[in-house]
Amino acid sequence: MIQPIVKARDLQKHYPVKSGFLKPSQNLRALAGVSFDLYAGQTLAVVGESGCGKSTLARLLAMIEEPTSGRLSIDGVDLTEVNNKSLSKGLRQKVQMVFQDPFGSLNPRHKIGDILQEPLVINTGLNASERRQKALEMMSLVGLREEHFQRYPHMFSGGQRQRIAIARALILKPKVVVLDEPVSALDVSIQAQVINLLIELQQELSLAYVFISHDLSVVRHIADEVLVMYLGRPVEHSSKEVLFSNPQHPYTQALLSATPQVATQRDRQRIKLKGEMPSPIDPPSGCVFNPRCQYANQDCLTTPPVMELYNESRVACWALKQRRIGDEKLAN
Amino acid sequence: MKNPTVVSKSLRVQQWREFWFYFSASKTAVAGLIFLIGVVLMALFADVISPHEPAEQYRQFAKVPPAWKDGGQIQFLLGTDYAGRDMWSRIIHGSRLSLLAGCVVVVLSLSIGVLLGLVAGYRGGWLDSLIMRVMDTIMAVPGLLMALVFVAILGPGLLNAMVAIAITYTPSFVRLTRASTLTELNRDYVTASKMAGARPMRLMFISILPNCMAPLIVQGTLSFSTAILDTAALGFLGMGAQAPMPEWGTLIAENRDLMLSAPWTVTFPGIAILLAVLAINLVGDGLRDALDPKLKRS
Repeated sequence: MIQPIVKARDLQKHYPVKSGFLKPSQNLRALAGVSFDLYAGQTLAVVGESGCGKSTLARLLAMIEEPTSGRLSIDGVDLTEVNNKSLSKGLRQKVQMVFQDPFGSLNPRHKIGDILQEPLVINTGLNASERRQKALEMMSLVGLREEHFQRYPHMFSGGQRQRIAIARALILKPKVVVLDEPVSALDVSIQAQVINLLIELQQELSLAYVFISHDLSVVRHIADEVLVMYLGRPVEHSSKEVLFSNPQHPYTQALLSATPQVATQRDRQRIKLKGEMPSPIDPPSGCVFNPRCQYANQDCLTTPPVMELYNESRVACWALKQRRIGDEKLAN
Repeated sequence: MKNPTVVSKSLRVQQWREFWFYFSASKTAVAGLIFLIGVVLMALFADVISPHEPAEQYRQFAKVPPAWKDGGQIQFLLGTDYAGRDMWSRIIHGSRLSLLAGCVVVVLSLSIGVLLGLVAGYRGGWLDSLIMRVMDTIMAVPGLLMALVFVAILGPGLLNAMVAIAITYTPSFVRLTRASTLTELNRDYVTASKMAGARPMRLMFISILPNCMAPLIVQGTLSFSTAILDTAALGFLGMGAQAPMPEWGTLIAENRDLMLSAPWTVTFPGIAILLAVLAINLVGDGLRDALDPKLKRS
């Protein structure tokens, strides 16, 4: 049995929010219980609208922040049990991250060579010429030329900068790369290049990707599994094929129907969600999706649903469990 | 393929060109820079330029007016003071002390201010509050008064005056550095360095500090001129450079009694202070225009 590289169990992250002078601070539940396994060479895409906790999940996985509760283990080591100094340095090297904004993620005062060598300076005992050699190798791997070594970030386009960011993330030979919307700041034509580069690198180095995105057409291209989140909670988790061909959760269905498509053969019914996402400080009782769900009934208002398997998908939904929508879908 | 070092050299040249393009757009800044270079050269070659020793007393030539006035002598271009010392030579040598005061004050307050500001912004919490409240306290007292208090404690003298003035200037540097540190701290490139395992020292000085430099350079230049001004003021009050030293403020102070009978003895040191401060301020304004990306025209 192959061990998963990343194993997350009921991850939670709460932020205290001051509500006013002399009032008790409230809890913002940015992440309210996420579980998944991720294997080497696989891509888990995390999708959802803004504010659903995608980026918080990314920051937890990248060890920038610590979970409030829950267990997270990387490569068989439980992070919650590791004492901070000794092991975490080795663990840190196993997870690296590529950020959304390639204009903010590279230090404007450092040359590309210095940016790429920084992880090596901190973590390895290599000498200057060995470091330079490694940085140049990494640059050619992501399609940058040797003369870029001495240039500053502002002299590059967005796509090139994202390549630099990817090279920096890979230079310590990590096992997991967290990609926090790595292409959403790029032109569509460049997006494809970067995505294809990521796929090539994944095959070459057997990396595990956690791909955070709100763009379902990009997810369709790169993901193996998809985790749909809503208000800090997972609502549906399934393989890419199942999710795109047969979405189960009403929220996933709405999300998919909102993806723009060229020349649809048949008229699709667009599901329009009403209202806004509720505040994570004061979430609705029961299923958090109930204020916007057309299938909501009394159970949805009182008891939160749990993830269960329906039609090859793990879904948290009362309407499915009570066969209020599943059958209708099968009948079609 | 081009040699990378050649590329980087031409890059630096290109950056300097760009900087000069924006700086030279302001004619006054260039004029200020030229005058400032003149003052620096004057200070460097004071021994060569000055016609007399600054402390040499020509007793028979006391209170000689400037050369172009009646009774003036060509060997004493700007006249002499009560003891027969050549004003022109004393002003030339005084430029050394003024520039020294400016440099020492800026270096001291800048380095202390940057250090405290970085720590306050990076660490946050109680340490931040402590540092910032101390700085607020220093700022609450008028600068010159504060400097006077410190000199009263340390004792009069040029060095003590410089230290005292440096202390009063530190808060502005702390605030500037802290503010830029706070904005830079949340940038992704800092997070990326953290993820690579960078320690606080590396984050503060290698990742963050270079990105906070532009406002600090401008503030440093402007502080340079006020430092000269404040050193002169302390000298005038008898708390800075002491009597035989040809410091500009001290020159005015020691000839204060002659203000009506021999006005040139106070006028020319005053003009020297005025021009030096004006020139540095003009350069500072030009620097701000050139370094502030928000003011750049594309």
